[in-house]
Amino acid sequence: MRRHDIRASRSPLRRLRPVLLLPLAFGVALTLATEDPGGPIAYSGATIIPVDGPPIPNGVMVVNDGRITALGPAETTLLPAGGTVVDLSGRTLIPGLICTHSHLGRGGGGDSAGPIQPEADIFEAVNIRNAGFRRAVAGGLTTINVMPGSGHLISGQTTYLKLRDGNTIDDLVLRDADGLRLGGLKMANGTNSLRGAPFPGTRAKSAALVRAKYLAAREYAEKIARAAGDPEKLPSRDLSLEPLVEAMAGKRVVHHHTHRHDDILTVLRLANEFGFRVVLHHVSEAWKVADEIAAAGAACSLILIDSPGGKLEARDIDYRNGAILESRRVPVAFHTDDWITDSRLFLRMAALAVRAGMTREGALRALTLSGAEMLDLEARTGSLTVGKDADFVVLDGDPFSVYTKVLATYVEGRKVFDRSVPEDLLFAEGGRGAGDDQTFQGCCMGRQGAR
Amino acid sequence: MSPFAARTGRLRTVLTLLLLLATGAAAGQGTPADGPMAGLPDRAPAKGLEQPLSSGQPTVIRAGILHTQARDATGAWAPPISDGIVVIRDRRIAAVGPAGSVIIPDGARVIEAPVVTPGLIDGRSVVGLAGWLNYGHDQDQLEDSEPIQPELQATDAFNGREPLLEWIRSFGVTTAHTGHAPGNLISGQTMIVKTRTGELEDAVVTPLFAIAATLGDDAMESDRSPGTRAKQLAMLRQALLDAREHADQLRRAGDDPEKRPGRDLRKEALGRVLSGEVPLLLNCHRSIDIQNALRLSDEFGFRLILDGAAEVLEHADEVKARGIPVLAHPPMMRATGQGENASMTTVARLIAAGIPCALQSGYEGYVPKTRVVLLEAAIACAYGASFADALGTITLSAAEILGISARVGSIEVGKDADIALYDGDPFEYTSHCIGVLIEGQVVSAIVR
Repeated sequence: MRRHDIRASRSPLRRLRPVLLLPLAFGVALTLATEDPGGPIAYSGATIIPVDGPPIPNGVMVVNDGRITALGPAETTLLPAGGTVVDLSGRTLIPGLICTHSHLGRGGGGDSAGPIQPEADIFEAVNIRNAGFRRAVAGGLTTINVMPGSGHLISGQTTYLKLRDGNTIDDLVLRDADGLRLGGLKMANGTNSLRGAPFPGTRAKSAALVRAKYLAAREYAEKIARAAGDPEKLPSRDLSLEPLVEAMAGKRVVHHHTHRHDDILTVLRLANEFGFRVVLHHVSEAWKVADEIAAAGAACSLILIDSPGGKLEARDIDYRNGAILESRRVPVAFHTDDWITDSRLFLRMAALAVRAGMTREGALRALTLSGAEMLDLEARTGSLTVGKDADFVVLDGDPFSVYTKVLATYVEGRKVFDRSVPEDLLFAEGGRGAGDDQTFQGCCMGRQGAR
Repeated sequence: MSPFAARTGRLRTVLTLLLLLATGAAAGQGTPADGPMAGLPDRAPAKGLEQPLSSGQPTVIRAGILHTQARDATGAWAPPISDGIVVIRDRRIAAVGPAGSVIIPDGARVIEAPVVTPGLIDGRSVVGLAGWLNYGHDQDQLEDSEPIQPELQATDAFNGREPLLEWIRSFGVTTAHTGHAPGNLISGQTMIVKTRTGELEDAVVTPLFAIAATLGDDAMESDRSPGTRAKQLAMLRQALLDAREHADQLRRAGDDPEKRPGRDLRKEALGRVLSGEVPLLLNCHRSIDIQNALRLSDEFGFRLILDGAAEVLEHADEVKARGIPVLAHPPMMRATGQGENASMTTVARLIAAGIPCALQSGYEGYVPKTRVVLLEAAIACAYGASFADALGTITLSAAEILGISARVGSIEVGKDADIALYDGDPFEYTSHCIGVLIEGQVVSAIVR
């Protein structure tokens, strides 16, 4: 998200700041505001919670060129020469938060033409100048899966973004080693996608439409395989089928909105039929079919809202979903569903899961590494691990306390949020200029309630 | 069986029925068949809640920390009492103080909790008119047939068995100012209830508290008036002038039935606003709408309460000078549309400015179908309000604005024994509400 107004005013200031490049030694106290990228930086003195290992009291994390190059207790961790030390005594350092399901940028996928539109790619609809991006880094988010909505059976392709301080969405998007953009496929069942024709009117029709589309995609893939590169035999390109072919090949994860117990099982059935990898999203009634979810080996990305309901299929959403799924060893992540919940309050969601019995370790993992795993990004982010991207958050206390503030957020070693900077504080707290001037037009809003 | 016991028994039956309703779909599915209303099975509620209460038996609450939320003569909050005692007799608070200073009556039912507060007050809600399912049949908070309908009584639309009442109660909310929602120029009346499950008569504290009105985008219509802000003000002005004329006719007619105008519920309701008997609760968020609200109240001299008021701090001086209280937007209000400039610091800054304010759960068209003021006050506290001030916005400060502070809002002798019990700092995300009493009766014994 480009800080278009702010960067211009901040750059000269930054240049004037004293950049201390001293031979490394402890006790070089710098505030969070004064470090600058370039050369190794040692973040020292904090309680470091790496998530993939035990917490390190008085730890040191060394960051160089956007990556974590060393991590460990202060007494035993060697510091590279020629770097900077940032004193984080009394602070808590956790991995950057990963939101597996966001609508930041207020983009849409498929339109009202029909219920299945895999060809629509949210990448092309995300407005990274939306203030929500600034609020998200204020909440400690560093990686998000931006999704089209749930008003379609297949509403389009999702896009995985790093919340870098970029100018265009190309600066934010995550790519694989071949340079291809990373993302998933958004699907939904239950009541949101039940509408007038050509949308389905029943659950059975919903599943039948999805099944027919996947069968078409399977035939398409088989034709391509049989053609063996012969242009005479290759079928015409079909943008609506290609994402499904990728899903069935395991290259594109299906992110599936689902609430009711039977809808959850329908997703698992379809995933089994067509061999796509699926993350179940929202999963309000997960507690009713936790054993079935566990047996299927599916992952769940949960949301907690401040009261049950809002529609019939979310009536039985339960704060204990996290604890119950954790007890069944089901991989659990959380998501903001921003705007449904505010990205600034993402830590709070996991804290409420802890309130309802989830372990603190499990809840923090759900905000970070588990989310990375559900996006196939665990090799580069999700934990504070040597070799991974330096995506991290500095807190002034317990991650699950209401009184704890995000002091700073870093993406690939660069600070993208700094609470001590007034412009950043505005987005953290709110106030004139921190919000979006338009109300989101979702699937279910209405003064007389949902359909 | 005492009347109290009978009532508790009936309440338990209702709770059980609600639980069955809530979890009907889950029956026989093998996993915890208890649903979202069940609380946490592996945690104990406050000690002593399970004891039956016999007729005339006093109740003693023993608190590790007792936040009475009483004010001293200067208006400052009384400090919390360590190892505090509350004695309850006949539904009311009979004694309060530190252990040792209060005589504990013989044979009392003793309830213990680490932290005790007054029952919480939701300053502005739609719960009971709006239901959790969010379908037409449980959404009675907004009548869209006309833009101005002050005659609509909240008492005619309140569902005292709405599960959302049970939900907010389980976090400690015992009193709610609820009623018609923002969304029409004048959407109807509001009322104040206790959150016990039952019929209207069991719940109602104040059958008519305010007339709810809305300015700004939320009260715009695409296919009829009002469609602009100027039109909104013109329509409100005309309605108030008509009501004033009606009241004048009534006054001039005196006892002469020939001269009396016909009954007009709409004009009569607005007449109660013009006379100052009932406040106008004006939902508005943007600066321009707040300015219009202040101008209108200056013109007609009615009692104004600002509802929501995301940009109110830009007019703090004018609001303070007029003595207008604010039922402030939830700190977690979405930063979109009318609330785009809302701040999590609004409450703290209103308090610092000396403007009376309380917190509201407000109205949501989708999810969460109700917010929980305890969770909102927690954010207000984390974003600048002191603990006592933040708790005040959902206890005594709310009671003062709602005109019910003689009865609820603090733990003081003579007030209703509405009590919330917690296992730690009530604002902490990981603390739990572990029991709730309304007028001395246990109304929630689940751990939330």
